Amino acid sequence: MSQRNRLQNGGRIDRSKSLTFTYNGKLLKGYAGDTLASALLANGVDIVGRSFKYSRPRGIVAAGAEEPNAIMQVGATEATQIPNVRATQQSLYDGLVAGTTNGWPSVETDLMEYVGKIGGKMMPPGFYYKTFMFPQSLWGTYESYIRKAAGLGRAPQDTDPDIYDKMNQHCDVMIVGAGPAGLVAALTAARAGARVIIADEQNEFGGSLLSSTETLDGKPAAEWIASVVQELASFDDVMMLTHSQVNGYHDHNFLTIQQHCTDQFADRAPNGQIAQRLHRVRAKWVVLATGAHERPLVYGNNDVPGCMVANAVSTYINRYGVAPGIDLVLMTSNDNAYRTALDWHDAGRNVVAVVDSRKNPQGTLVDAARERGISILVGSGVIEAHGSKRVTSVSIAPLNDAGDAVVGAIVKMKADTVATSGGWSPVIHLSCHTGARPVWNDAILGFTPGATVQKQLTAGAINGSFTTANALNEGLSAACEALSHLNLTKPDVSLPATQDIEEGEAMALFHIPHTKPTSKAPKQFVDYQNDVTAAGIELACREGFESIEHVKRYTAMGFGTDQGKLGNINGMAIAAKTLNQTIPQTGTTIFRPNYTPVTFGAIVGRDCGALFDPKRYTAMHSWHVEHGAKFEDVGLWKRPWYYPQGQETMQESLNRECLAVRESAGILDASTLGKIDIQGKDAREFLGRVYSNAWAKLAVGKCRYGLMCGEDGMVFDDGVTSCLAENHFLMTTTTGGAAHVLEWLEIYHQTEWPEMEVYFTSVTDHWATMTISGPNSRKLLEKLTDYDVSKDNMAFMDWKPMTVAGVPARVFRISFTGELSFEINVQANYGLHVWKALFEHGKAFNLTPYGTETMHILRAEKGFIIAGQDTDGSVHPFDLGMSWAVSMQKPFSFIGKRGMQREDCVRADRKQLVGLKTIDPNVVLPEGAQGVLDPKASIPMPMVGHVTSSYWSANLNRSVAMGFVKGGLDKMGERVFYPLVDGRVVEAEICSPVFLDPKGERQHV
Amino acid sequence: MFYIYCPHCCEHREEEEFHAAGQAHIPRPLDPDACTDKEWGEYMYFRKNPRGIHHELWVHSAGCRKFFNITRDTQTYEIKEVYKIGEKPSVVANAVEVQNSHTQNSSKTPLENTLESQSGATL
Repeated sequence: MSQRNRLQNGGRIDRSKSLTFTYNGKLLKGYAGDTLASALLANGVDIVGRSFKYSRPRGIVAAGAEEPNAIMQVGATEATQIPNVRATQQSLYDGLVAGTTNGWPSVETDLMEYVGKIGGKMMPPGFYYKTFMFPQSLWGTYESYIRKAAGLGRAPQDTDPDIYDKMNQHCDVMIVGAGPAGLVAALTAARAGARVIIADEQNEFGGSLLSSTETLDGKPAAEWIASVVQELASFDDVMMLTHSQVNGYHDHNFLTIQQHCTDQFADRAPNGQIAQRLHRVRAKWVVLATGAHERPLVYGNNDVPGCMVANAVSTYINRYGVAPGIDLVLMTSNDNAYRTALDWHDAGRNVVAVVDSRKNPQGTLVDAARERGISILVGSGVIEAHGSKRVTSVSIAPLNDAGDAVVGAIVKMKADTVATSGGWSPVIHLSCHTGARPVWNDAILGFTPGATVQKQLTAGAINGSFTTANALNEGLSAACEALSHLNLTKPDVSLPATQDIEEGEAMALFHIPHTKPTSKAPKQFVDYQNDVTAAGIELACREGFESIEHVKRYTAMGFGTDQGKLGNINGMAIAAKTLNQTIPQTGTTIFRPNYTPVTFGAIVGRDCGALFDPKRYTAMHSWHVEHGAKFEDVGLWKRPWYYPQGQETMQESLNRECLAVRESAGILDASTLGKIDIQGKDAREFLGRVYSNAWAKLAVGKCRYGLMCGEDGMVFDDGVTSCLAENHFLMTTTTGGAAHVLEWLEIYHQTEWPEMEVYFTSVTDHWATMTISGPNSRKLLEKLTDYDVSKDNMAFMDWKPMTVAGVPARVFRISFTGELSFEINVQANYGLHVWKALFEHGKAFNLTPYGTETMHILRAEKGFIIAGQDTDGSVHPFDLGMSWAVSMQKPFSFIGKRGMQREDCVRADRKQLVGLKTIDPNVVLPEGAQGVLDPKASIPMPMVGHVTSSYWSANLNRSVAMGFVKGGLDKMGERVFYPLVDGRVVEAEICSPVFLDPKGERQHV
Repeated sequence: MFYIYCPHCCEHREEEEFHAAGQAHIPRPLDPDACTDKEWGEYMYFRKNPRGIHHELWVHSAGCRKFFNITRDTQTYEIKEVYKIGEKPSVVANAVEVQNSHTQNSSKTPLENTLESQSGATL
């Protein structure tokens, strides 16, 4: 296919650089400087997609971010697929592969179209809700077909090979948009010495000037743009970003910019280059110079390919050298759009007629059209387009003064292109992102930015100042205002002379009437992307949706990936008219970030793979890996879970590890436990306030277990704290709770008791901790130290400094297994050395490494709790049967004391932690199983508490479990039943949670 | 994304470095054992949710680990001031004194307090 719509001359394309691209499997040609959209139009491609709901053929209607139809799937390989790319924003490159995102079997012949035709009347707003509601169980089935029918692209199945990046930026003035207003603002700020960032979504700066035939200083606007760009580039503190969409404007002048670094010229980023970059900008001042989007008019069959926005037609002619048709009908309510008729005429194509809704249009551009002999039909409108895959003709009829009724005979004219303009809508999206409510402006028939608390200025068309002269002036004044806030001196800036164009008054017109009522007229589309029609909006209003936000949600208007950039104002106007109120009374919906869809790659940046979720390893990690450990994630830590040998099952490994500890000796890497170094003369008093038990008498060299509670009295952490010196303690916390505990200590110290002299330092990573446990653990330790670790010199709950395997160590005689245990702490970088030394001497004792699972089983045999497993934030120490760990006599009312004495906390029937001995010793209760007292009770049965810990104990050759039972501490020996999902009911006896060695003889040896 | 001035580091830093720690100026009762269950419940659980000026406790958790206070407009997200623990805010809603403790309003139910603070009435 040749580029049959390409003009011989003109445009900012490079005709010497021919590019080949693939569209729906066909090879097509374009030029450097084309967008995918302009290249498709040049090649005469009319249909670029099928509509969302009715599967109607759709063509390109716009030329920028507002394009609703040309939503492409781009990517040459599976890994480089990008969905939701607007063809109007995708630069053409050699080898680009693009396809339409919907249409089955093809976009040209779509079977769904017939469903849409038959179902047209049967698919009003709310159709899916109303039709597919029942039965609910079938929704999943309906949904998959509905989604397939809709189709808006697909995510790649393979891993994206490209690198994405983020950058933090700071500047004095951030200028959004590099049209005439933005360029002047940037030049002014730059000359004043400000640090400037100017970003524009287009491939080059210039904005509206790029697609206009206007002159500046009597020369083509491009010359002025080039001179400004050249000067801006000469400043060190000016960052110029093209292909960069400012997508979000967040609180405190924080903006996000998605910069396309290479995906405008390559499917994959060249080696070592960044595909896209997300700039995170903190700007002292922001100048929004985002321009305006032209509004199409709403008329019958206004979605037939060939129906376009007027300015888009001019853009394709002037900027890309493409005339997207032969015979044009232009419908307008204003002077400005006459430019399109002039451009079309000057390109050598046929302007069939300008259809002006006004009775007596007058102005420079109208005169120019008359001079060219262009036929102008005043007081009229295009009420309907005809054609299926391309416009073939239009029906034109005279309208009344208000523009809401047809008042004369219909004339049918042949045309293949209909360009329309209902005026311009300022691009206020970014200004809305921070919560500013837009304000309706009757003079320009559009919303302008509302009052804001941001340090934000606006310039140009965003304010409704649509002429180039006004844009230049406002760009200058906005920059000067920013400079005065920044205490910078305003530099000399002379603005170029603009052409004097007088424009007559525009007419407020949004929806062209038809001879039939809207509900019976051919479909008049408001929101192309979501197939929302004027009739649909009227129906929604009649059905009682009066708030525009509700109309939006009911009809889906503005919910597409284009956020209703073209259609929203028309939709609001139609709703307002139906509700018999003004547009400002109806109000507008609020635009939210992002302005255009952002790729996940840009959002993620480098925070993927290993950098997404950092892993923490202990000093002995390499040993664990070498010895085949299976790992468990605890917080960010990788902890050995168990160490399978040979073909062992997990349970076989656990049985072996459990038996080894109690029979001889086992070793656990306990380095991950949180460790907080606490110093200061008030450290001891502080401990007494944050722990529930007493600390006043803990002597130097002693260790003590403590429970930490919230002000509500509920346990949230536990651990052993050791007295290192009179004013020096080492607190241990659970692995997952370490950061929270440290912040907990700090908040009480800093906000409640700042007078206390105490300091907290996290030392978790400073120490490697290995716990040797079992009857032979002392003999093992004796092989590595000269220190006297006998019972007499080192009693249970003592800690001693000593040398172990030649390195200084703190050894704590504490036990979480109930066995004789020594917890050896050495400087982390000695950890692996000491660990290996223990194994060298441990062979004689069958020293067995064990992981977290065996640790859990061994502690459960002893009834020791794990905070976070056997507690859930709703249990206090008495619920846990741990009244021994609470000292109500302490002089200071410790954290949790008052809370655990509340009325609800002293109820007799609170859920209390007890041991659970299954009647069948071979049955292991599932953790989380809910207990009932009477398994024959009617459903729903009253539940009395759940199982928190449950394991097979190889040492006891039976199952052991702990769980909560209402009033359980007074129910020893009674039965509780656990009905399981598989129909079994497991019966258990309530018992002490200490299943093994209730007198604690094994650890006191 | 707030841009927060840490009064201890004396620099603006990104919100990612901070944690919000709830309403500021909720002192722990000096004699908890003397509090009724209701008073203790109000100390623990009842917080303002104002539309407008609000005093909040924040911590520079990924920085100096110091706590400090922020006066913030919950409607516009403007940070009106930051001040250290122990200092009084200079920006307050409707010139109402910062309420030192809910326990001083024991004659009112929490719901009354909440409704009043939402309507901006004097407490």
